[in-house]
Amino acid sequence: MELKRRNFLKIVGGTALVGGAALSSLAGGEELAWASHHHGSSAHGGSHESASHGEGHEEGIMPSGTRWAMVIDMRKCSEQKNCTACIDACNFVHNIPSFKNPKEEIKWIWKDEYHHVFTDISTLDPFVPEKIKKTPFLALCNHCDNPPCVRVCPTKATFRRPDGIVAMDYHRCIGCRFCMAACPYGSRSFNWLEPRLGLKGRKLNYEFPTRMRGVVEKCNFCVERLAQGLRPACVEACKCGAITFGNLADPKSEVRAVLKNNYALRRKPQLGTKPSVFYIIS
Amino acid sequence: MYDSGKVIIGLVIFVAIATFPFWFGMGKAAPMPEPQLPKGKKECVESKEFMRSTHMQLLNEWRDQALRDGDRTYVNHEGKKIWISLQNTCMKCHDNKEVFCDKCHIYANVKPYCWDCHFIPKESKQWN
Repeated sequence: MELKRRNFLKIVGGTALVGGAALSSLAGGEELAWASHHHGSSAHGGSHESASHGEGHEEGIMPSGTRWAMVIDMRKCSEQKNCTACIDACNFVHNIPSFKNPKEEIKWIWKDEYHHVFTDISTLDPFVPEKIKKTPFLALCNHCDNPPCVRVCPTKATFRRPDGIVAMDYHRCIGCRFCMAACPYGSRSFNWLEPRLGLKGRKLNYEFPTRMRGVVEKCNFCVERLAQGLRPACVEACKCGAITFGNLADPKSEVRAVLKNNYALRRKPQLGTKPSVFYIIS
Repeated sequence: MYDSGKVIIGLVIFVAIATFPFWFGMGKAAPMPEPQLPKGKKECVESKEFMRSTHMQLLNEWRDQALRDGDRTYVNHEGKKIWISLQNTCMKCHDNKEVFCDKCHIYANVKPYCWDCHFIPKESKQWN
């Protein structure tokens, strides 16, 4: 029998109906699964309020139940003029070489101006207090939930750990610097020079390696210290208690308490990278 | 055959030169490397034989386990737990790589890149 146009349309329509129904029932099932998962996470959060707090981060919380995060209280930090305790501690603990030329320098944690750290807000809103414009802000790797550096790395030398830390495997880094181009925060430095040249005469930390020439390095949220149950070096070194570190996935943690009681900013939120470093401005 | 005298002399010279390394080194085996074990330390991570044959694979596994999986505890064949770290476990005992690591590595002409980054107090004086 020759297939008539009318019959053809009937068959197509019928198939579409049956297929559509099957698909929507599948999708419904998924939705249900998602809802129960969400319900589970909010039950974990204790109360509805605490579950909704830091909503953007919920999805970044991995099954490990740990999501390391940092809150920098600029009200306390800016009071300590010319204090570099956290930066010095980090430089020592990680054997970070010092090179004077800004093109060659290696930075894990450093101070920068307001309009460099908050490029977006500072451009959109020029009417901020002069005091804040002049405050040097601490900058470091944001350990994003959605890290662009990890996405572009061709060798998976940089990767996201289950606890949210964006780590570097220097054994695998080929020095292509894609990650440096991808990072919107300038948190990565390339070793143009032999890093050990920048450590001449410096006190070394024998517990931590140096890097080699030709790899990209950055803040590692002190994974090696966290593994030993210690807090990051910068947090420990800060005398005024401006840096809070803890588990964002734990509603009872110190970071969550600080974030609950203060309004905190993250850098360049519109990029969707979801940083784990928060700033309390004033 | 034309110029057979010259050809044969040439062949003899070629064979002599090509086989030079073999007959020159005949009977003169390079001495076996004798790495110095740390004094006063009886046991390593695994048995002596295992470490001798497999330390490179073990170190590769350690690197990935510690760095990529974030699991820094190794359980050896005796069930003993060991903290995974080249610098803080291995080289705390083997604190002189010149008399230990380098001995065999030079003999076998292998150049591991471990020490491009990892270091020990003694050796770091050369560049610090």
